[in-house]
Amino acid sequence: MLLVLLLGLPFAGSIAAAFFPTNARNAEAWLAAGVAVGGLAIAGSFYPQMAYGQVLRFELEWLPAFGLSFALRMDGFAWMFASLVTGIGFLVVIYARYYMSPADPVPRFFSFFLAFMGSMLGVVLSGNLIQLVFFWELTSLFSFLLIGYWHQSAAARDGARMALVITSAGGLCLFAGALVLGRIVGSYELDALLASGERIRGHALYLPALILVLLGAFTKSAQFPFHFWLPHAMAAPTPVSAYLHSAAMVKLGVFLIARLWPVMSGTDAWMWTVGIVGLCSLLLGAYAAIFQHDLKGLLAYSTISHLGLITVLLGLNSALAAVAAVFHILNHATFKASLFMAAGVIDHESGTRDIRRLNGLYRFMPITATLAMVAAAAMAGVPLLNGFLSKEMFFAESLTVEGPVETLNRALRFIAVLWGMFSVAYSLRFIHGVFFGQPAAGLPRTPKEPPRWMRFPIELLVLACLVVGILPAITIGPILDVGVRALLGAEAPAYSLAVWHGFTGPLVMSLIALAGGAALYVLLQGFLRRGVEKIPLFPPVDGRRIFDRVLVALSWRWARGLDALLGTRRLQPQLRWAIAAALLAGLWPIWQRGLQWGPLPSSEIHPALALAWAVGAVCALGAAWQAKFHRLVALILAGGAGLVVCLTFVWFSAPDLALTQLLVEIVTAVLLLLGLRWLPKRVPFVWTAAGARAALPRRVRDLAIAAASGAGLAAIAYAVMTRPLPDNTISRYFMEHAYPEGGGTNVVNVILVDFRGFDTLGEIAVLGVVGLAVFALLRRFRPAPESTEPPPQQKEQSAASAAEDLLVPAIIMRLMFPAMALLAVYLLLRGHNLPGGGFVAGLTLATGVILQYMAGGTRWAESRLAIRPVRWIGVGLLLAAATGLGSWLFAHPFLTSHTAHLHLPLLGELHLPSAFFFDLGVFSLVVGATGLVLIALAHQSIRD
Amino acid sequence: MELIVALGIGVLAGCGVWLVLRPRTFQVVIGLSLFSYAVNLLIFIMGWVRGGRAPIVGTSAPVDVASFTDPLPQALVLTAIVISFATTALLLVVLLAARGLTGTDHVDGREPEE
Repeated sequence: MLLVLLLGLPFAGSIAAAFFPTNARNAEAWLAAGVAVGGLAIAGSFYPQMAYGQVLRFELEWLPAFGLSFALRMDGFAWMFASLVTGIGFLVVIYARYYMSPADPVPRFFSFFLAFMGSMLGVVLSGNLIQLVFFWELTSLFSFLLIGYWHQSAAARDGARMALVITSAGGLCLFAGALVLGRIVGSYELDALLASGERIRGHALYLPALILVLLGAFTKSAQFPFHFWLPHAMAAPTPVSAYLHSAAMVKLGVFLIARLWPVMSGTDAWMWTVGIVGLCSLLLGAYAAIFQHDLKGLLAYSTISHLGLITVLLGLNSALAAVAAVFHILNHATFKASLFMAAGVIDHESGTRDIRRLNGLYRFMPITATLAMVAAAAMAGVPLLNGFLSKEMFFAESLTVEGPVETLNRALRFIAVLWGMFSVAYSLRFIHGVFFGQPAAGLPRTPKEPPRWMRFPIELLVLACLVVGILPAITIGPILDVGVRALLGAEAPAYSLAVWHGFTGPLVMSLIALAGGAALYVLLQGFLRRGVEKIPLFPPVDGRRIFDRVLVALSWRWARGLDALLGTRRLQPQLRWAIAAALLAGLWPIWQRGLQWGPLPSSEIHPALALAWAVGAVCALGAAWQAKFHRLVALILAGGAGLVVCLTFVWFSAPDLALTQLLVEIVTAVLLLLGLRWLPKRVPFVWTAAGARAALPRRVRDLAIAAASGAGLAAIAYAVMTRPLPDNTISRYFMEHAYPEGGGTNVVNVILVDFRGFDTLGEIAVLGVVGLAVFALLRRFRPAPESTEPPPQQKEQSAASAAEDLLVPAIIMRLMFPAMALLAVYLLLRGHNLPGGGFVAGLTLATGVILQYMAGGTRWAESRLAIRPVRWIGVGLLLAAATGLGSWLFAHPFLTSHTAHLHLPLLGELHLPSAFFFDLGVFSLVVGATGLVLIALAHQSIRD
Repeated sequence: MELIVALGIGVLAGCGVWLVLRPRTFQVVIGLSLFSYAVNLLIFIMGWVRGGRAPIVGTSAPVDVASFTDPLPQALVLTAIVISFATTALLLVVLLAARGLTGTDHVDGREPEE
């Protein structure tokens, strides 16, 4: 349970941090520090179990059918990482409190920071591969947000985007790799994975899995050739860099490689990929670091180099080297975090990070300078500091490596010494270039010591470097031991952490590296002093430029090309393709299996319906014919077709449908009539032979599509109607249970408001949204210039004739209103048992209202009848939702209905199902939405 | 009888599709309206419609299911009718706004060049 707390704490803190006021630096820092210390304390409390080599697990079933669960698993290695993440996190929080300026919105910073910490913990504590990938991607996401924290700067945005694209692309590869691994092992559980090393290494899919997983790890750890995102990520605030690039983000890659070391290493493929990539990063990073002029840039390349070192160590297929790798993970985190913080202090106090401008800062900040010197010495691998120990282990390994190629084995010791020299040179540059020499003039700010507590984290980390460097066995020894034993298990080799091993080969190599590095730095002085932004002897390949080009090609040029090739902005071709595709999709099964009429004989043709349909078909054809030039005629004809549809519903015993169709016909007709006014005058049609010829192919094609669609639907309809219905349909259930369980006899209505109530809730929500959308669109509506003039009928109308024009119908309409309202209530009330219901009732009332508008005009109607459609919509939606939620009070699922049997004094027995209130909500919403649409359109005529 | 209804559906759908493919916005509105008639009818007849009674059951059990028309497609179509009204309204308003904005009632917002 504590595990869940450890993981949940940062996320909870993140949410809490987001709600603090913008300038609450102290409160934020307390919160974040509390979270980090809490995490550290929880991790610390696990130490006894870890020391005994226990593995803690927590599991929660998530998708048992797929063998996926939410699983946390902590062994010594994960414990070591969790302590590192929370411990360094704590120090960075203190540092950030003083680093961030009062103008920066700190809630965002600390919120992202804690979320990032939580994601890190999520990765190291995941007991399941899929979950690990999930948290892995979360770290990419939050690091993106952190790197881009100062989003007003283009460099921050670009750096953040680059980091996100590279690491999340790698994350996708890792996901694929995890799926392959899961397939090989047969389970995504980490325990199962760690237990099946033999199987993985011997499997045919070993190589693809290895490459995919390593792609994820290399991108995350900024290994060659994906290293270029790391220097660009230096646009982040320094606390972020100190955290991401020392203890957190970039360590994830090597964490993963180390985690998989026991099951995937030991093959030549492993050594080739991990070893070579590590070597490249190691040399390239160290070499490039010498020539950086930006302090953080120098540290960034040095980070690439040190991560390369860890990768190489893991790639050597030797258990002792793996121990060195784990050790170096810890060491690098301490000295690199302190160096980043020192660089931040220098930047903060002097206003620049450019080594060319900084000089002689020792006078201004002696304490910081001393701290930075010790940390840099640890980075260079000077004896009595922690960096020395892991470097010695690397040198020792380089002498005994047993790789497949003898030349490489022999070359490794020279490469190691060369790397050592480079490290010494850039560390010297960091120290000498910044703290010594003539005091710098013309800095943006006069440098001074930072606040006491801003230095505190650096002091603590440097102290750790020293203590570990002098007394390794009793300080870091037990912690390292826990991590290594958990990671390597039975393979864990015997190793000794001591400063003095005698006058050995590695020591000689160290001395050569120190002397050589110093000499190299002296030699390069002349070049460095010139201050050119160039790395000598470096191929002019810029990762960033390649990245940009790939991005532009993918997201812009190819996308544009595809769009130009396949896309069109014209509606007609799009619709034509859509309909043609639907047509083909319908024809496909018919072509495959044929279409047969069913066995039932056709029932007798009734002349009345046949006649009605003859009229209907003519109406439809007429509407299609006239819709271009005679809109009103087309509208009337379409209405005629609608009435025939309505008659068909009556004929086939669907009274609810017929009622609804009839009312919708009315409302639609009114709606379209209101719209007609704003359409342009049709230019009279002039028949020309050329025009007709040009249009002919298009028309023939459309006619063919239309005829085929119609014929297809007719054929399907006929085929369906000549077949008997299968015996056990869901309708049978609805029929049998409508009254006993739904409390209503009108099955259609019971389905709508009870059995399928949730669907109906969604549908009325759509209706409400449409109403509001129409309203919003019409508020900004600007009619075309030629439509703004009132029509001639309106212009020639005097005030008196306006009142008299429709006098008799108007009075009848007014008199009808109470009757229609009553009818609406009647339809609503009886809906559950007889044809009617909320939809029909709502449409009836809306029709009644719109009749008043037609009879008296908008102003007349509104001075007498204040309809507030938006409120009707709101009340309706709330009522329907509340009815659904109400069933939760009685511990029933959403929208469970209940029928109350009341005995009222005058009315007698009353069955009141809860679905009635739902229907009332539907009613209110339909009134509101329909009213809103019609009234909004009607208002256009009287707008100023 | 079935043939008549099937042919009716076909005619409505054909006219609808033809109009939907036309260049003027009002034609498209009317076309969608006709097409939704056809589709609603098609869904409706997917249930049992031959000579059953309206699906209003008695209060005394048991229900003789075979003697009623199928209520489920009816419930589906009922909401479909209302929703198609809503989409027609939305489409109409969008078209009016587009016409106000572009000055033409062509579906592409500009007159064809020919």
